Amino acid sequence: MPNIQKLKNISGRAHIVGVGESDQLGKVPTKSPLALHSEAAINALDDAGFQLSDVDALFTAGWSTLDVAEYLGIHPHYTDSTSVGGASFVIHVAHALAAIAAGYCEVALITHGQSGRSDRAPIPRNLGAPAAQYEAPYGIMGPPISYAMAARRYMHLYGEDRTRQAMAEIAVSTRKWANLNPMAYFYDKPTSFDEYHNSRWVAWPFHLLDCCLVTDAGAAIVITTPERARNAKNGSVSILGAGEGHDHSMISQMPDLTRAFGRNTGPQALEMAGVSHGDLDLAMIYDSFTYTVLVTLENLGFCGPGEGPDFVASQRTAPGGDFPLNTNGGGLSYTHPGMYGIFTVVEAARQLRGQAEDRQLDDCKLAVAHGTGGLLSSTGTVVLAVE
Amino acid sequence: MTGNTPKPRPVSQPESDRFWEGLKVEEIWLQRSVSDGKFQFYPREISVSDPHSELEWVQVSGNAELFTYAIVHVAPHPGFAGDVPYVTALVRLEEDVIVPTNIVGIEPEPENLQIGMRLKPVFEHTADGHTLLKFAPA
Repeated sequence: MPNIQKLKNISGRAHIVGVGESDQLGKVPTKSPLALHSEAAINALDDAGFQLSDVDALFTAGWSTLDVAEYLGIHPHYTDSTSVGGASFVIHVAHALAAIAAGYCEVALITHGQSGRSDRAPIPRNLGAPAAQYEAPYGIMGPPISYAMAARRYMHLYGEDRTRQAMAEIAVSTRKWANLNPMAYFYDKPTSFDEYHNSRWVAWPFHLLDCCLVTDAGAAIVITTPERARNAKNGSVSILGAGEGHDHSMISQMPDLTRAFGRNTGPQALEMAGVSHGDLDLAMIYDSFTYTVLVTLENLGFCGPGEGPDFVASQRTAPGGDFPLNTNGGGLSYTHPGMYGIFTVVEAARQLRGQAEDRQLDDCKLAVAHGTGGLLSSTGTVVLAVE
Repeated sequence: MTGNTPKPRPVSQPESDRFWEGLKVEEIWLQRSVSDGKFQFYPREISVSDPHSELEWVQVSGNAELFTYAIVHVAPHPGFAGDVPYVTALVRLEEDVIVPTNIVGIEPEPENLQIGMRLKPVFEHTADGHTLLKFAPA
């Protein structure tokens, strides 16, 4: 089991100094996934005031670091292609902290690029994987169906109507944040509870507006030592706590459909950081689906099992509410290329450094970013603070 | 989509041949850990409840209850385009294992699907030589 006392010794021993997206998000058919990786990498390095030649560690998911490093023309001394779905990039932040604290590297670059909408060369399925053998023959393929079955179980345990209302609250509040972010896919398109309830079924109980976007997008993060972070152009964010893990791959093997691995990674990250839920000013929680947010709030310990619907009631998580959540507009309304997790950290770093423009929170000092990958399979949690 | 795209079919592995071959003759065989009597799904080389235990194959009834489900309206693969809406489900067998499947023999509407409802196995023999284990109300 993780040794919290040892982890506390590396709390804050690495800082995020740069974050960036690709130049365009959404429909970008003119850029390959690797082009999106490289564009975001340069934007994040520019944000930090660092050069590509400073980078000595590379982290990515979905692609091998072999391909990304070669494309960028760098020769990293530390390499990590941990690929456990959309949570991977949050986990990379934790791995970068550990690697920097241990002395393996000084400037870590995490990149993401995915053409979920326009990909000319989608990754083929592994026919030997258990999911191909046991679930795909029954048409249990892709995230919406698996997450919908988890949500249906939650409804059975905690009430269909209040679960439905909670999912609607999350869809509508997240869209309100997107309406404040010019990079968001739905920046210009408000939504309403009626529109939510009238949107077509994708996989009952999920409406279309319960489901994340499918976009083309890239993002990158630059992490370095506290010493080198003093030279960062736009300030830095300290990585105080982290947790990672997974407990299944296929949805049919999930130990409890209403308890994802965030039940472990959230408390671990907070304890390592030495903070509690009430200290947090911002929660960036991977919203592959409205249900993912609902259940994650419970798993992380913001409220108890079955209490999520009360926690998000009355647009509490919308702009002006007392629990700011997914202020970039989330995977639901900002961007979601397939493995969105990196964007939770990008937005947290921007809010903490006061770079969030029209959606900037007042006095944002401490944030949690949480990724969920696969089919509620993996989670990664980090706690970030501005000095 | 025309519905002409083939559906994905199971590619049996050495440890699962017994399961898939059993379905072809309408028998359901599960692995059980000898040391603690716990069943497991899916078939593996080792027992996940006791990695040092031997495994034995046991024929079971297929009696089950509905654990959860979804009603698919957007086909996730062109092979299923002609099937929507269809019901995907996780069912719990009497042996306390969860199995992914489809519910057949009902109209795919939420009011026809009660969590906990009793189910019986339905063996679907496909034209291309596979047998899928589906379930219908008991």
